[in-house]
Amino acid sequence: MAEFTNERRVISVIVMNESSVLARVTALFAGRGYNIESLTVAPIPSSNMSHITIATNGSAKVMEQITKQLHKLIPVYKVIEHEEMVEKEMVLVKFPIAENLSDISALCATYNGGIVNVGTEMVIAQVADEPKRIKHFIEAAQRYNPCEIVRGGVVAIER
Amino acid sequence: MQMSGAQMVCEAIIAEGVKTVFGYPGGAIMHVYDEIYKQDGFEHILNRHEQAAVHAADGYARATGEVGVAMVTSGPGFTNAVTGLATAYMDSIPLVVISGQVPLSLIGTDGFQEIDAVGISRPCTKHNFLVRTLEELPRVLKEAFYIARSGRPGPVLVDIPKDITVDIGKFVYPDSVDIPSYKPTYKGNKRQIEKAVEAIKTAKKPLLYIGGGVVLSNASDLVRKLAEKTQIPAVETLMARGVMGAKNPLLLGMLGMHGNYASNMAMSETDLVISLGARFDDRVTGKLSEFAKYADIIHVDIDAANIGKLVDVDYPIVGDITQVLEKMAPLLDDVDTDRYNAWREILKRYNELHPQSYVDSDKVIKPQWVIERIGELAGEDAIITSDVGQHQMWAAQHYPFDRPRQWISSGGLGTMGFGFPAAIGVKRAFPEKTVINITGDGSILMNMQELVTAAEYEIPVINVILNNHFLGMVRQWQTFFYEKRYSETDLTFQPNFKALAEACGGIGYDVETKEEFDAALQDAIKQDKVCFMNVSTNRFENVLPMVPSGGALFNMMLPSTTENNGEVE
Ligand SMILES: Cc1ncc(C[n+]2csc(CCOP(=O)(O)OP(=O)(O)O)c2C)c(N)n1
Repeated sequence: MAEFTNERRVISVIVMNESSVLARVTALFAGRGYNIESLTVAPIPSSNMSHITIATNGSAKVMEQITKQLHKLIPVYKVIEHEEMVEKEMVLVKFPIAENLSDISALCATYNGGIVNVGTEMVIAQVADEPKRIKHFIEAAQRYNPCEIVRGGVVAIER
Repeated sequence: MQMSGAQMVCEAIIAEGVKTVFGYPGGAIMHVYDEIYKQDGFEHILNRHEQAAVHAADGYARATGEVGVAMVTSGPGFTNAVTGLATAYMDSIPLVVISGQVPLSLIGTDGFQEIDAVGISRPCTKHNFLVRTLEELPRVLKEAFYIARSGRPGPVLVDIPKDITVDIGKFVYPDSVDIPSYKPTYKGNKRQIEKAVEAIKTAKKPLLYIGGGVVLSNASDLVRKLAEKTQIPAVETLMARGVMGAKNPLLLGMLGMHGNYASNMAMSETDLVISLGARFDDRVTGKLSEFAKYADIIHVDIDAANIGKLVDVDYPIVGDITQVLEKMAPLLDDVDTDRYNAWREILKRYNELHPQSYVDSDKVIKPQWVIERIGELAGEDAIITSDVGQHQMWAAQHYPFDRPRQWISSGGLGTMGFGFPAAIGVKRAFPEKTVINITGDGSILMNMQELVTAAEYEIPVINVILNNHFLGMVRQWQTFFYEKRYSETDLTFQPNFKALAEACGGIGYDVETKEEFDAALQDAIKQDKVCFMNVSTNRFENVLPMVPSGGALFNMMLPSTTENNGEVE
């Protein structure tokens, strides 16, 4: 019964750049009881549109409704339900400088990243990778007593 | 041409061909009202409450098919209008509501009478705008009217900060609209239409399931012709009453919670549902898993999101009903109507078994009798509005609706207080027609201040109050499902409705007998004044048939099998 199993899905919503368009999209999710796992938004270069990437979950039926309801919003230009995509997420982590920096650096390198800032008490590391691998990275990073972790949310592009 | 933002608003209203605006002034919208005073391109009706102004514009829109316009001030003016917006939204009624807002510089400061109007109205409008510059005002107004009436219609709010109505700039009203992200689908997919036609030709028990979308698309004639050509029987939703016409032999009646026996059985036994502009509302379907259990489903709807939302659809067709039926009809020229003979016979027998009926009385006036009598006396020409409750269901069940837009009722939101102001809007659009609001002693009080509006503007709307001294519909549920604990539904304490109408400049009638009713209605139709007709009806009458909430459509409480069937108490 694939129709009823909850599946993680990533959708891209291409919207006209106008005030409160993001509020319309998020209010739709809230009002109709759909989940948002993560959401990113940024303007599309040299256009009057923006690209919203939403990671969500729901049954096939719910996903169909999400797509259709999004499409009904007047400033929504296009909704892409990703099937074959490249998906990336960025994360920034602050570690105490007393931790083993070469280990941290090696760990980050494994996940497409490295140390990007060094202060007197802290270092900041950055990695960008697939959401699943980001999860693993965060688990591995626990060993070095991270003081703060900021995840960026998913961006995706259809292959 | 150089002009103020306020003037632009008036010019746009005139350019859109709007003849009547309903509204209520206040600080933030005063500049616009100042321009209304100076112009003579449209009239303004001062309703006595913003909710009523929006309902009046809504009634106007439902009766004419054109965009209704209402105007309110910021803060409480706007919040009062919200129920009106939501009512129109749920029934897909094209409205443009213009609200004043505090000046741009005060937005976000909790200014006097500031409220986030676009935030509040987002879930109950098709779209809304907060105007941010004078330059965009003409385009926004043009888009508002376009969005309201195109695709699946709906209400649009335009919130205009006060300083923008004062500023002066160049006004050019655009000829056309180009919104790249908004392109409604009107033409149905040809291949899908052909497949649906094949399904109709091979079905044995097809059923036309007609919804309010047919009215909105002005597709009533096409639907009647389709039914006649194919000899396929039809059921109507509450919103579609009048589409087939009461005398049409193919019309089984209304389906749903208070649908008649034959309609609900037809839906339970059909092998092919042909859904035209209906949206499978829970008050229609009852228990979803039992709904049209043996049927394939053709679903024609202009809103793709309606298709597959509640039931799985075998033949989805996104498009305007008119355009889809124009393509579909010729493909059905060679349909074999005899195929459905046996089916029609079964349904005929269902109807003979349990016709829509009630037991009349000599001792008290039965509400159903009143509805039938209005149908006889006011004729096919009258336009009927309603409030919400038992009276609404009796009107939908028993009035001989003959054409679309003759029945105007809040279906989706079920808004008590809708009927009277809506009737004012209807009567303004069709002054020569008799306009009757069928209401209850509960509902009428929710917008009774409109007596003053109707009296002032000489809008002779007839309010027939089916007075059961109860919030009847809630009382009925308490009788059936709450062991007769009549919690807060007894309306024994009443105003003097006759005196109330008279105090506001209207006419009042107290009606205790059938003879008095005939005399009162005949008199009221001749009068040029608004009236309240206070008709004492059987207190404990129930609306039947009834499908208990969440039950399957075929499990109906019927007059013959239901205890407490409104004995005269
Ligand atoms: C604004 C609003 N409040 C509450 C309700 C819930 N409600 C539905 S029917 C009803 C009773 C209506 O009573 P009345 O107008 O006297 O009509 P009757 O059912 O007696 O014909 C109520 C309270 C509603 N539909 N709308």
